[in-house]
Amino acid sequence: MSIFEYNGSALIAMVGKNCFAIASDRRLGVQLQTIATDFQRIYKIHDRLFLGLSGLATDAQTLYQRLVFRHKLYQLREERDMKPETFASLVSAVLYEKRFGPYFCQPVIAGLGEEDKPFICTMDSIGAKELAKDFVVAGTASESLYGACEAMFKPDMEAEELFETISQALLSSVDRDCLSGWGGHVYVITPTEVKERILKGRMD
Amino acid sequence: MEFKMAQAAAEVPPKGGFSFDLCRRNEMLSNKGVPPPSFRKTGTTIVGLIFQDGVILGADTRATEGPIVCDKNCEKIHYMAPNIYCCGAGTAADTKAVTDMVSSQLQLHRYHTGRESRVVTALTLLKYHLFNYQGYFQAALVLGGVDANGPHLHTIYPHGSTDTLPLATMGSGSLAAMAVFESKYHEGLTKAEGINLVCEAICSGIFNDLGIGSNVDVCVITKGHKEYLRNHQLPNPRTYVNSKGFSFPKKTEVLLTRVTPLEEKVEVIEGGDAMEE
Repeated sequence: MSIFEYNGSALIAMVGKNCFAIASDRRLGVQLQTIATDFQRIYKIHDRLFLGLSGLATDAQTLYQRLVFRHKLYQLREERDMKPETFASLVSAVLYEKRFGPYFCQPVIAGLGEEDKPFICTMDSIGAKELAKDFVVAGTASESLYGACEAMFKPDMEAEELFETISQALLSSVDRDCLSGWGGHVYVITPTEVKERILKGRMD
Repeated sequence: MEFKMAQAAAEVPPKGGFSFDLCRRNEMLSNKGVPPPSFRKTGTTIVGLIFQDGVILGADTRATEGPIVCDKNCEKIHYMAPNIYCCGAGTAADTKAVTDMVSSQLQLHRYHTGRESRVVTALTLLKYHLFNYQGYFQAALVLGGVDANGPHLHTIYPHGSTDTLPLATMGSGSLAAMAVFESKYHEGLTKAEGINLVCEAICSGIFNDLGIGSNVDVCVITKGHKEYLRNHQLPNPRTYVNSKGFSFPKKTEVLLTRVTPLEEKVEVIEGGDAMEE
């Protein structure tokens, strides 16, 4: 059993037309026992930047606290929010620092950059960045997620269509994974608003 | 006593270098039967050859995580200096970190000396760094560039040994690529012939080795000029995409919606001096 399968997780981020969506499942388990069905995996760094953390839940929470600390220091020094590309480089550096004793986490970063251009990125547990133009996935259900997103994704979707696509991809993939599921949590971010929705899924 | 404890607890961002504080925990987990995770690798074919005016580097664009392709179009040719580029194979984080680090050291060296960087400088910096970590950095590199002494091409192995050659291949597809090179390479290739040969070598890796795929990136470096041909060849396009796409007649059921507007709407009351009344 791999350390990533201890808690179970599923994360997707997708790019649309001047908007992006980031979605996660809601299960927290200890191997095969479920202990929570409302676990939060997606955190807000600032209004236009969201971070999802999959993998071992304890490392995800520690890493989130470290990154929020670094971002707050940056905000105090620079008097502005961090750009998504800069934040991705920060996460990569924080993870690579632990190259020989890594955090067992895979982050998914999604944000709106300059001129409302959406930015998404994922990394492996030692900080190797993967910048994609369409979608990124992470978690125990990642193999099904890759397949579902590859089939369902279309470029330049509007916010409502993007929500529908990312939800269907997430729910159909976690239905085939024992360790993730129990609903979904989707954030769709456009330049004017953040819409957070909780999905009804299979509770098994 | 309290002051010292506060200092130890304060989480100042570290000054650089690696931090080993999670190693004990990770070792305990692996002794309890939880194996360490696999890292993203660049399965890879990276090649380089010297032609009559300079150096041509080539790489494929697939990044794998175990048997799954996690990135279909990643960049394996990294910038080191305006006249030096480096291709990396092995663990993706290691190749990126080591090339970025040496690239910034070269920039500082350029500011210090006021001269264009030399390929042997980059070579020495890379091999010292890799040897210091005794091969724990899984980074196999093909370094090429043109400096004041002419075109240079080197291969660097993860343990720190180097080779200087007119043609070089590294990665899991290196045998396929070297076979193509050995049969078709000759001295004094023109730029067009060189690019064709590099593309053929990478394609032989793409079609015959499972860890390599997607597109071909090429970088041509000559005296005073470089051309980075990102996705020069796309031999694997996705041709049978359903133009209708997916339509979902049964929508997902939503339990709760929360909308947070981002732009604050400030209402300005004209001539409202209510306070003065």
